[in-house]
Amino acid sequence: MLNAITITQIYVPDQDEALDFYVGKLGFEVTNDMQFGPMRWLTVALPGQPDRAILLEKPGPPSMSEETAATVRELISKGAAGGHLFFQCDDAYKTHAELKAKGVEITEEPVDQPYGIDFGLRDPFGNHLRIAQMKLG
Amino acid sequence: MSRAVEESNRRLLRARDAMDRRYAEPLDVPTLARIAHVSEAHFIRTFRATFGETPNRYLQRRRVERAMFLLRTGERSVTDICMDVGFASLGTFSRVFRDIVGEPPSVYRRRGPLAPVPSCFAMAWLRPSSFGEAPGE
Repeated sequence: MLNAITITQIYVPDQDEALDFYVGKLGFEVTNDMQFGPMRWLTVALPGQPDRAILLEKPGPPSMSEETAATVRELISKGAAGGHLFFQCDDAYKTHAELKAKGVEITEEPVDQPYGIDFGLRDPFGNHLRIAQMKLG
Repeated sequence: MSRAVEESNRRLLRARDAMDRRYAEPLDVPTLARIAHVSEAHFIRTFRATFGETPNRYLQRRRVERAMFLLRTGERSVTDICMDVGFASLGTFSRVFRDIVGEPPSVYRRRGPLAPVPSCFAMAWLRPSSFGEAPGE
């Protein structure tokens, strides 16, 4: 049987800018950064959880044509390319304040929900992220 | 050309996110156009071309979606909920709600309580679609 989720992929139009955001602002660490011909295999993970990575994939050849890549980039910029990521933190209000101070684009302020306190944000490209402080039990 | 479209989309998405976040405020087109860094006429036209409906209709659907949520998760009166979600008059709220949902708020409320889910999911799931119908004024 399957026993773990190891890598989850999202599209980012610019991998260096993605690193500035995911590493520089959200606190991820680079777990792989390898060039395979035209493709840069770039993964990041949270400190202490290296076996659960996010692949930051740039849409483009050879996996898709330039024309298709342009369509994918347009969808990302409309917030319509999927790419939803859900994270957990210890203190939602504190994390929210820290990210806001770093200029991160908040889409929903922290809300106390039945399952925890969570808020929404976007990465620089339009991908949607949520961060939650989960309630116990 | 494509980059310019992406840049425009991203700015429009920022204005759309502002509607999702600040729906309870009296948001007007000048405010939203400023967020998107475009003129008011250009904002309405490009928003509609990008997202398939006018900014006003999008904001109405966001407010109605929040009202649908509140009607089924608490005990607040219809009048209070109308004000909570950003409508200035009960008459407008009732008309827009009925127009979009197909039944009045008090009848919708009788469908009973909702299961707890992340608010972004509730937003996507409850939000009444206006695609394929006559766009709002």
